[in-house]
Amino acid sequence: MTLSSPWRTDFPALAALDAQGQTYLDNAATAQKPRAVLKALSAYYLNGAANVHRAQHLPADRATRAFEATRLGVARAFGAASPAQIVFTRGATEAFNLLAYGLERHVGAGDEIVVSALEHHANLLPWQQLAKRRGAQLVVLPLDDRGDIDLAAAAQRIGPRTRVLAVSQLSNVLGRWQPVAELAALARRQGAFSVVDGAQGAVHGRHDLAALGCDFYAFSSHKLFGPEGVGVLYGRETALAALAPWQFGGEMVREADYQDALFHDAPMGFEAGTPPVAGVIGLGAALDYLNGLDALALADHEAALHAALLTGLAGRDGIRLLGEPHTALACFRVDGVHHADLAHLLGEQGIAIRAGSHCAMPLYRRLGLDGAIRVSLAPYTDGDDLQRFFQALDRALELLR
Amino acid sequence: MSDSLPAPAQAALQAFADQPGWEQRARLLMQWGERLEPLDVAERDERHRVRGCESAVWLVAQRRGAGWQFRAASEARLLRGLLALLLARVDGLPAAELASLDLADWFARLGLSRQLSPSRSNGLNAVLARMRALIAEDGRATDGSPGAGPSENAPPGA
Ligand SMILES: Cc1ncc(COP(=O)(O)O)c(C=O)c1O
Repeated sequence: MTLSSPWRTDFPALAALDAQGQTYLDNAATAQKPRAVLKALSAYYLNGAANVHRAQHLPADRATRAFEATRLGVARAFGAASPAQIVFTRGATEAFNLLAYGLERHVGAGDEIVVSALEHHANLLPWQQLAKRRGAQLVVLPLDDRGDIDLAAAAQRIGPRTRVLAVSQLSNVLGRWQPVAELAALARRQGAFSVVDGAQGAVHGRHDLAALGCDFYAFSSHKLFGPEGVGVLYGRETALAALAPWQFGGEMVREADYQDALFHDAPMGFEAGTPPVAGVIGLGAALDYLNGLDALALADHEAALHAALLTGLAGRDGIRLLGEPHTALACFRVDGVHHADLAHLLGEQGIAIRAGSHCAMPLYRRLGLDGAIRVSLAPYTDGDDLQRFFQALDRALELLR
Repeated sequence: MSDSLPAPAQAALQAFADQPGWEQRARLLMQWGERLEPLDVAERDERHRVRGCESAVWLVAQRRGAGWQFRAASEARLLRGLLALLLARVDGLPAAELASLDLADWFARLGLSRQLSPSRSNGLNAVLARMRALIAEDGRATDGSPGAGPSENAPPGA
């Protein structure tokens, strides 16, 4: 099997990276952009930028329509009944911070906020700090041997004092799908809000969030082949209504006086100030692009690539995989070799991978590890990329051992 | 300028100057790393740990008369090599000279400037920053007067 990618030429940066001698395998950190996104960005700027929702003139009209079209596109792609359930933020990280402030009044002293042991700092630290502000307790759900959130333990620990449950759909370290629907159901039974970190999960499927049953779901545009500076927060209507506004300024206010103000409901009430207009339009183009792909062919390609990656790693001596990744990535260590040394020599050979603790320091500590190497794939990755990676890996290990 | 280089630095320059390939450079780095004088277990402690490195790194600095003596260790072999090259350049220099030394230029002359790029988390930048902080702190403490006697430094909050 040659494992060529029919989508590679849709992403102009891949040819540029090839020409620079770079093999890009850090897709879980951020993804390259299809031509459609670049075109949408330049069309917006070339035809006349304008602020959204504020003016009566034609450019504003055009910008607002394009901006709101993305909201509608996101709502449709993720199974939201209404575009009003989609709030634009500056990224997934900002979405979790929005939630940790917006839900603050629902968390009191002695209450519990539940996260899992595999959370990215972005979906851990806002909750940790909320717990500190409110004198609440942060409860950490343990993982089983494969690296999944242990549902039996979760059922014990999600209890009547739980106010918020915040968990990742797909781990950026272990690459495993987590049982978020089951966990959200456990939270619902206790009257707790459920928050799902879809930063990695959204890249590998536009999930029906109504069916998933969570209250909130967040992801970043830049990992989903769109521009940086844009995040999406989906909320169930009643959950959004429970949020207090957190950032204050233009456009989120319905009525303002010197001493008091009234605020809009979601989504506008949570989009203070000028939003990243071009970025949101670019995200819309990324979603349109993804919608136009043959989903089955894409899934086959990703599965074949991932299998080839795992097979290649398994065929080499002394390589230890972290967990048993389902998709898209693999984190590994090599016996007797420091991951920083390996990263150094892969970098020397033009292999762009990620070494370290991948913004999940507590998880690494729990695994008893100081870091690992992560290889992460994308639709435009092909068999040649993997071959170059394995060649570089072999040469690096030859030098280091 | 090269005439004023300490002898170990001269040697480093000669060794690295004509290493065009990454493999030769890596081999040489590892060889240099082996030369680092090991730290005692007791010295590999929180006080000497340099934060902001991908691998654990320790830096021990001692004031020796008008100069400094540095020792360093790391778990990563290539970083050990970079540390050895750093120490080859700075060891024994008078404090005043050390404070104004352009270390980025030093690594550039060795053909290793990429190891100092801001996106690198290999720790060399953090080690340099720690070194500068130690020197600046010492400069303030002794008001610039050398010969304050041997003192072992640890930064605040280490
Ligand atoms: C699982 C997970 N959650 C959250 C984030 C944070 O995303 P961003 O930095 O785009 O806000 C990331 C990105 O690294 C991630 O992998």
